[in-house]
Amino acid sequence: MASDTTAAVPSPTPGQESTAPGRADADERRSRRYRRDTRWSPYAFIAPFFVFFAVFGLFPLLYTGWASLHQVELTAPNDMTWVGLRNFSRLLSDDFFWNALRNTFTIGLLSTVPQLLIALGVAHLLNYKLRGSMFFRVAVLTPYATSVAAATLVFVLLFGRDYGMINWALGLVGFGHVDWQNGTWTSQLAVSTIVVWRWTGYNALIYLAAMQAVPADLYESAALDGASRWQQFRHVTIPSLRPTILFTAVVSTIGATQLFGEPLLFNGAAGATGGSDHQFQTLGLYLYEQGWVNLHLGRASAIAWAMFLILLLIGAVNWLVSRKLRKGMTS
Amino acid sequence: MRTRTRMSRRLAALAAVAALGTGLLTGCADDGKQASDGPTAGGGGGGGAKTTLTVGVFGAFGLKEAGLYDAYMKLHPDIEIKQTSIERNENYYPQLLTHLGSGSGLADIQAVEVSNIAEITATQSGKLEDLSKAPGVNKGDFLPWKWSEATTKDNRTVGLGTDTGPTGICYRKDLFAKAGLPTDRDAVGKLWAGDWNKYLEAGRQFRAKVPSGPAFVDSASGVLNSITGSSAVRYYDTDGKVVYKSNPAIKEAWTTATAFAADGLTAKLQQFQPTWDQGFANATFATVSCPAWMLGYIQDKAGAPGKDQWDVAAAPKPSNWGGSFLTVPSAGKHKAEAAKLAAWLTAPAQQATLFEKRGSFPSAKAAYALPAVADAKHAYFGGAPIGQIFAKAAEGTPVQILGPKDQIIQQNLTDIGMLQVEQKGKTPQQGWDAAVKAIDNALDQ
Repeated sequence: MASDTTAAVPSPTPGQESTAPGRADADERRSRRYRRDTRWSPYAFIAPFFVFFAVFGLFPLLYTGWASLHQVELTAPNDMTWVGLRNFSRLLSDDFFWNALRNTFTIGLLSTVPQLLIALGVAHLLNYKLRGSMFFRVAVLTPYATSVAAATLVFVLLFGRDYGMINWALGLVGFGHVDWQNGTWTSQLAVSTIVVWRWTGYNALIYLAAMQAVPADLYESAALDGASRWQQFRHVTIPSLRPTILFTAVVSTIGATQLFGEPLLFNGAAGATGGSDHQFQTLGLYLYEQGWVNLHLGRASAIAWAMFLILLLIGAVNWLVSRKLRKGMTS
Repeated sequence: MRTRTRMSRRLAALAAVAALGTGLLTGCADDGKQASDGPTAGGGGGGGAKTTLTVGVFGAFGLKEAGLYDAYMKLHPDIEIKQTSIERNENYYPQLLTHLGSGSGLADIQAVEVSNIAEITATQSGKLEDLSKAPGVNKGDFLPWKWSEATTKDNRTVGLGTDTGPTGICYRKDLFAKAGLPTDRDAVGKLWAGDWNKYLEAGRQFRAKVPSGPAFVDSASGVLNSITGSSAVRYYDTDGKVVYKSNPAIKEAWTTATAFAADGLTAKLQQFQPTWDQGFANATFATVSCPAWMLGYIQDKAGAPGKDQWDVAAAPKPSNWGGSFLTVPSAGKHKAEAAKLAAWLTAPAQQATLFEKRGSFPSAKAAYALPAVADAKHAYFGGAPIGQIFAKAAEGTPVQILGPKDQIIQQNLTDIGMLQVEQKGKTPQQGWDAAVKAIDNALDQ
């Protein structure tokens, strides 16, 4: 397009440029400006994102990597001593790190799996023709819109040992009181409950959107073949949702790996220890404890990078799985 | 003509993008500064050129609530004071350190808790103003140990003491009566005077008479805190070495406090958690070690049903828990005015007001003779003469050696070690080992 216009306009010789201010000259200038415009303006328009990413994403990432190779304290961030990979190597023998990694994994499993299963079910129900479906769709999203802090504080009260509503209900049906916060499994279950409660609706809406993109004739022909609702769900809905399910699984896994607010506030007063026995200290909490309680920036940075590497690993596994799935689908 | 309009539209778009970008950038970078001079720039429609001073505090610090800011603004019509507060010092302190490190986002006056003052004085004094010669500051007004805690080796005083935390034992008269223990505050004080183990003994008597129902004390951690608060050498020695592992005073405190847990005398609560508040509201424990600043908290949480049930007696030994300082960061815009305000806020008369209104006990010993302190009685606590009780505790408290990591050591001892003993049924040795392991990991750089 741009080259067409240049070809149509007779180009003036270099010497004439200033002496002959003709129409052709103006056209030439305009088209050159136009070409520059179409070429560079898009970059200007997308620049803000990349500037922000560089300042608030890339720079901190690199700086954290640099800090992880040093012994550096939050009390004197400019005073760095080079220690090489020592911050990383000591993680290998750091009981607290492994404990946090294990907890992150178990809490992640306890929250992600039920969360996605429930979300799938809820989405399936929402996909029926319902009266006031918009109301229900908004309603499932409300937990997601609630702040972590507010939600967690309510859950802390619900899971209270002496005056908690859950223990009260357990007492009604004849069970003894459970000390939710102090047990390893009970505390992890409680933290997972908060995560499940917050994110199920969010995932359900994603599934719902994907379900509505499934062609209706698939269901019609399935119905003609005599498939029940459940069979339709299993043989039509689930296979069509496979990429979406994979996507939510990845996003939820990343979220679970970075889990922070819920366990932090679940033990409100004690800070980032995650319980007296570190029984629900996640990697995020341990990172916070090292950096912002113990003030060891170098060690905290090493944990941050370890988390980053773990996420890359999860990403790679996911890529392999999804490739396999895609092959399975086409064959 | 067409070119011009297209050109200008394009320019406008670019300008908008640029403005958006820089606007957001500066918006982020200038957060702190805007907090301090925003209201001045905003102008309030033709108001005079007021200087806005910001004060950064943690928790319910009380300066504002006691009306001290309003009083100062009345005295100085050209000054406006704004306060920003962060609920917990564990969140406030790291933020203060990062702000000091970057020299931005700081309030004109920043409060510092006593457990952090050693670290601040040792590592951040270069970024704070020397307040010893600020107008209105009189070194002789302060308790000597309070003054020296915020003074560097080269004699710069970077923090002015606000309050201290002389500690008593708050107890419920109704529960004491039920257990056949004395209820009069002098008799209760005599019950355990001079020895923390007598406090333990009183607990055992209480338990024998009241086998089920309310516990004797809220938490073993609270006991540990007040015992360690009564000894001069705690976690560090005079050379600045970490000695808590070998310090006999700490060992003894650990033994006594874990005995409370082992004998089932505690309500197994964690202080400053919602469950602790519920404990006050439901009267599930009979005593709690209470620094002067905690009385207001107890009144809030125990509410009307607790009125005239709670009283306060002297602790077995004079002990200190808490207290704070005001510092003036050098990066501030209005350093001179801020120093003047800090000096005024910590002057004896204002400390006495703060005590009268909020129960924060003065660190200016010149304030102890003022009627607001000397004659103070607490209506909620049965009219207890709290001014005298806490002044006696403050004067008897030993000069404590502070170290930079006091808070971390103490927090791990209570929140890891003691909680494992108290709530998870571990032995005192197992709890101690868990705490030491966590502390070693925390202190290792």
